[in-house]
Amino acid sequence: MRHRVKGRKLKRTHSHRLATLRTLAVSLLRHKRIKTTVAKAKETRSFVEPIITKAKNDSVHARRYVAAQINDKDVVKELFNDVAVKVGDRPGGYTRIVKLGRRKGDAAELAILELVDYSDINLEKAKSKQAEKSEKQEEKKEKKKVEKKEEKVEEANVIEETTEKNETKAKKSAAKKKKDE
Amino acid sequence: MPNPKRKMSKTRRDKRRTHYKAQVPSLSRCSNCGEIKLSHRACPNCGYYAGRSMFVPES
Repeated sequence: MRHRVKGRKLKRTHSHRLATLRTLAVSLLRHKRIKTTVAKAKETRSFVEPIITKAKNDSVHARRYVAAQINDKDVVKELFNDVAVKVGDRPGGYTRIVKLGRRKGDAAELAILELVDYSDINLEKAKSKQAEKSEKQEEKKEKKKVEKKEEKVEEANVIEETTEKNETKAKKSAAKKKKDE
Repeated sequence: MPNPKRKMSKTRRDKRRTHYKAQVPSLSRCSNCGEIKLSHRACPNCGYYAGRSMFVPES
């Protein structure tokens, strides 16, 4: 029976699990939106939300308590100065999980985990990122096209050379034949 | 050690296996673009879920 058994083990030892959750929490607070598996997203949610609640009360004690979990000074500062302000009076439920479907390689269910109060900013970021990506891809395509053209020219040269060689060979063999006769 | 008295016949084995079936995934239409998608998941075609754009699809 698994009565009153909380949480997932995520196939990790206690220390490994704690480290995973902390890094996930740092990533979420830094980037405001992360993409992981559903299981990790749900575990991270129950790990970060109490920390954000703690950060609403700005005091030295609270800062030290949070800093013990979030091993990144800049992220702690941002959490207290920006995120806590933005969250405001929201009584918990600071994060949102949206399932995305299964990953190709291992069929793991993926999800987006984001801070609710940053959802608009997150989307804009994603849009600009996507635009950058498509631009890069186009550049790559153009480069490839140019390279292909160059290759073709080179290939043509090689073919010409080989044909010349063949001709000379043919001449030589013809000369030999004549000599034999 | 106690053991089965008889070999399981092919018929019995195969009859048991008639209940091993693949389930049809529950699909629904995307409320934004009308494509077929898995329920309770963001639409892979347009990236929308619950009237909110969650990600920008490639291309």
